[in-house]
Amino acid sequence: MLHRFANPNRFLRIARIIQPWIAWATILLAGTGLYLGLFNSPADYQQGESVRIMYVHVPAAWMAMFCYTSMAIAAGIGLIWKHPLADIAAKATAPVGACFTFLALFTGSLWGKPMWGTWWVWDARLTSMLVLLFLYLGYIALINAFDDPTRGTKPSSILVLVGLINVPIIKFSVDWWNTLHQPASVLRLGGPSIDESMLWPLLLMAVAFKTYYIWIVLIRIRAEIISKKIGTIRLRQVHG
Amino acid sequence: MNGFMTILKRDLHLAIRQGVDSMTVVMFFVLVVIILPFGVGPEPNILARIGSGVIWVAALLASTLSLERLFQMDYEDGSLELLSLSSVTLEVIVLAKVTAHWLTTGLPLIITAPLLALLLNLDKESFSILICTLALGTPSLSLVGAVGAALILGARRGGVLLALIILPLYLPVLIFGVSAVDANVNGIEARAQLLVLGALLLTALPLCTWAAATSIKQAIE
Repeated sequence: MLHRFANPNRFLRIARIIQPWIAWATILLAGTGLYLGLFNSPADYQQGESVRIMYVHVPAAWMAMFCYTSMAIAAGIGLIWKHPLADIAAKATAPVGACFTFLALFTGSLWGKPMWGTWWVWDARLTSMLVLLFLYLGYIALINAFDDPTRGTKPSSILVLVGLINVPIIKFSVDWWNTLHQPASVLRLGGPSIDESMLWPLLLMAVAFKTYYIWIVLIRIRAEIISKKIGTIRLRQVHG
Repeated sequence: MNGFMTILKRDLHLAIRQGVDSMTVVMFFVLVVIILPFGVGPEPNILARIGSGVIWVAALLASTLSLERLFQMDYEDGSLELLSLSSVTLEVIVLAKVTAHWLTTGLPLIITAPLLALLLNLDKESFSILICTLALGTPSLSLVGAVGAALILGARRGGVLLALIILPLYLPVLIFGVSAVDANVNGIEARAQLLVLGALLLTALPLCTWAAATSIKQAIE
């Protein structure tokens, strides 16, 4: 089943059709989520209005971990089944994931200053997210470090799989260690402990971020496939 | 076992013949630790407080320095390819090279560490714990570093790239190593941290040799 979509041309056709739908879904979901989050949801009894950073910070953090996991799955598929689009998908996801991680750290910093009184603290959750950022940067550096562009995909796929251990560490860091960052309030045994009026905008923003990710990655994969085609055409011209 | 010993002896011979390389790593280690009081100020209490961390970070950096050449020289002159074609499995070759690397860099670091702990005014009682954590931790550093060294074969700017790749992966060893010494200094038993360090070593042993061997196979193709 996987290899049915391994044909790049078939992928390009399908991608061209679904991309506008994904784009509109992102705009609608993000618009609704932002409206509900910024205007229609209650302010926190302790934090006041600055709790609304949560509607960007939490989905960004979720996306950071999701992107790394999907990179790892794509890398694994590329290594095991040698699926041609899997390596391209992993390479396309990397900068997006790195930006989401940076966004999570940055918005977290902005939130931390009024709430905790500090821009940064070396607790388990923040430190492991920082490590995640450096795993992304290491992957991007490694995949571009070879003169032959195809040479970089295998080592970087192995690197992603080695670093995958960090994702469960991030998820459970607030349970395993004594952290300043608050413990899990959505994905936990016993159901979410967050109120519905805040949960819905949060989930809407999370889905909006996800559709945004699909939109961006579709564009990047299409661009990568087309640039490879251009490379082949150029080589053909040179070699007659 | 035979193949392991052959490759181990070969690497040790090569390292001894170029004895300077091993000494360079130890000298870098000593230099980093010595520079610290110039930067932080010579007050003994502050140095004692951060001493274990500094020694560990210096060990990390010194280890990263020496790892680039773990597979690079054999890769460049083609002997890595020949070794992979021999009857000895690639994992055993990797293990032999990692052992040789640890014997020529990790072991000298462990031997030098008490002297540096003296310079940094660390508690006399925590010397043995420091040696213990370094003895458990430096093999893990060599193993994880071997994976990094195998990944960068043929890459441009391999040395810096290696540091960027493996320093995040070194963090668990660093965290538990320093935590063990700090716990001991504060009078708490460091048993849990030592057990975790041992667990990290035992996990790294099969997984890292396998990952490094896979990376070398990719590099040789």
